[in-house]
Amino acid sequence: MSLLSADHVCVRFGSDEVLHDITLSLNPAEIVTILGPNGSGKSTLLRALLGILPVAEGRIQRQPGLRIGYVPQRLQIDRTMPITVSRFLSLPVRVTDAAAVEALARVGMAGHDADQMTALSGGQLQRVLLARALLAGPQVLMLDEPTQGLDQPGEAAFYRLIEEVRRDTGAAVLMVSHDLHVVMAASDRVICLNGHICCEGTPRVVSTAPEYRALFGLGTQGALALYRHEHDHDHAGDDPHHHHGHAHDHA
Amino acid sequence: MPATILTIITGTRTTMLDDFLVRAGLAAVGLSLATGPLGSFVVWRRMAYFGDATAHAAILGVALALATDLPIGLGTLVVALAMAVTVASLAARGWAMDTTLGVLAHSALAFGLVAISFFPAVRTDLSAYLFGDILAVSRTDLALIWGGALAVLALLAWRWQALLTATVNEDLAHAAGIRPDRERLVLVLALALVVAVALKVVGALLIAAMLIIPAAAARSFARTPEAMALIAIGIGAASGLGGLGLSIWQDTPTGPSIVVAAALLFLLATLRPRH
Repeated sequence: MSLLSADHVCVRFGSDEVLHDITLSLNPAEIVTILGPNGSGKSTLLRALLGILPVAEGRIQRQPGLRIGYVPQRLQIDRTMPITVSRFLSLPVRVTDAAAVEALARVGMAGHDADQMTALSGGQLQRVLLARALLAGPQVLMLDEPTQGLDQPGEAAFYRLIEEVRRDTGAAVLMVSHDLHVVMAASDRVICLNGHICCEGTPRVVSTAPEYRALFGLGTQGALALYRHEHDHDHAGDDPHHHHGHAHDHA
Repeated sequence: MPATILTIITGTRTTMLDDFLVRAGLAAVGLSLATGPLGSFVVWRRMAYFGDATAHAAILGVALALATDLPIGLGTLVVALAMAVTVASLAARGWAMDTTLGVLAHSALAFGLVAISFFPAVRTDLSAYLFGDILAVSRTDLALIWGGALAVLALLAWRWQALLTATVNEDLAHAAGIRPDRERLVLVLALALVVAVALKVVGALLIAAMLIIPAAAARSFARTPEAMALIAIGIGAASGLGGLGLSIWQDTPTGPSIVVAAALLFLLATLRPRH
């Protein structure tokens, strides 16, 4: 049974139909990426799945009691609010210091528990947001453009972290992204969105689909191939869960 | 000067509450219990103008109470609550809040002043409602102030985690099963209660100042939201007692004197050397 599903969902802002006839489902332990250009309704879809936005038609089903860890696109804490990293991790559910320290260590932020949230860099903030999401023991992780503002090595490192989390906790991951390079290869399944679902499938299938090419042009193949190479290089031999279905075709 | 006041307050009187100064001091301290934490939220959520609109509506509440023979506190509470709910629902519908609040805050004040002028007996008393009349606080007033302040404190403590999460990020709160709109209503209710309670202490014109200034002064000392709220209580109480002292010493209006004391403490906190 799927953890989360949308059945012919439409979302409207006034008379504007932002999402049209969306049907999708998320299964345990899979990494699904929603890919689309700016304004294609990616964040809207995530927010609808979370129940933040009402749906105009169709329905969204969540497994009863489903624990969702959410990493928002942007977190701007007002500078007037003093708050340390460890205090932030205890929102809204209080966690023990030990749990907070462990979560920070897992995302590579050990020793930052007493830092002020407003003093963190973009990459550090994303890691803290991920740590907070993990503390809820989520069955589903939802990430809205989690690597925005990170450079490419930072981005690659973040997606490796997501894969580790999936491997260790068995959580399903639903990500939103508008960048094609790293994210494609880090996913089991890609959903290509532009107001409606254009195409869907493994990264390999989607990247050769005409709908995908129409949306993103043909110039991305090079970057994708480049990443595949790097990805393979990083993980060769040490990752027993390497079953993403994308071929590692070296030239 | 505050030292003198403290001596008077802690003086060995058998019937302590009979002393108007003791009552005034207790009223100021009681109010700060509510304004510290609530003011912190007002600062974090940038609701300063919102506080102003609600507080100014209190004058209209006084007029309503006089017209209907209701207790002043009740009239103030009802009108402040109506104003706060109106503003909150307009904000939720995406009105341009800067302009809307400007219109509502000043209209409420103007309508209130005009309405009160129909009660000639109160005309001379008007300044008590505008600037507070803390030296005339009765035992009943004191009970209402402490009751209201403790109610606000309890309400905020009960909703604290949810309020804080919704203040940090509404989507984050939503994803955790918190309804940000409901938490906003909690703050609105708390604000109306504080306005009703604070009217007697600092007056309608300066209630928002008592919310914002102690919290803003506390910001530079605090590393967590809880610390900021607690320090704001301390600064609010110190401002209350200091202002009371200033008022007695120089025969100045008490409400404005309390705000002057708060502003001076804010200045000290801001100019404090950082390490």
